[in-house]
Amino acid sequence: MRGSHDLGGLKAGPVDTAPHDPTFWEKQIDAMNMLLAQKGLRRTDENRRYVEMLGEDAYNTLTYYERWTAALARQLIDKGVLTQDEIDAKVAEVRTKLGEDAA
Amino acid sequence: MAARLEPGDRVRVRADYPMGHIRTPVYVRGKEGVVTKVLGKFPNPEVLALGRDGKPEKVLYEVRFQQTELWPDYNGPESDALLMDIYEHWLSRV
Repeated sequence: MRGSHDLGGLKAGPVDTAPHDPTFWEKQIDAMNMLLAQKGLRRTDENRRYVEMLGEDAYNTLTYYERWTAALARQLIDKGVLTQDEIDAKVAEVRTKLGEDAA
Repeated sequence: MAARLEPGDRVRVRADYPMGHIRTPVYVRGKEGVVTKVLGKFPNPEVLALGRDGKPEKVLYEVRFQQTELWPDYNGPESDALLMDIYEHWLSRV
């Protein structure tokens, strides 16, 4: 069994090494990770385990920080910090707000 | 816990495929190498990955593998080597 973190030796295409400036939301996710680590709610190895659990399809579809976000959401649900309902409600609220801003 | 292995020891990596967050790459499992350094004791990442404290700590080693041993179709010089950090519970003396 090969996890998404353990692909050494398999055939692969060229690696994209182009530099990439982090967007504002990516910096926010990074900051959120740091805060949760300070509170003892996040460990690097644990985060890796969650990212590896995303499954091949999600792993290959999501960008780097999107994987972090998905992993973080799942960890916070598993730890009883947030519920899926709370996350869904907040996402709906933000979508509505963005829709209003665009109008 | 004292280190069971020392530099120069020939070791084999466990050919085991447990679930969970494992940092020993699949491509070295079951392969033989030589211990080059004892790096010290560190929290076990397999336990940290479960959200716990990583205790008991595990001794970490630097192990040298011949590239020709890892890759059957390797075309480089015989002297090419790979140095990898591996925890003690993945290693046994040959």
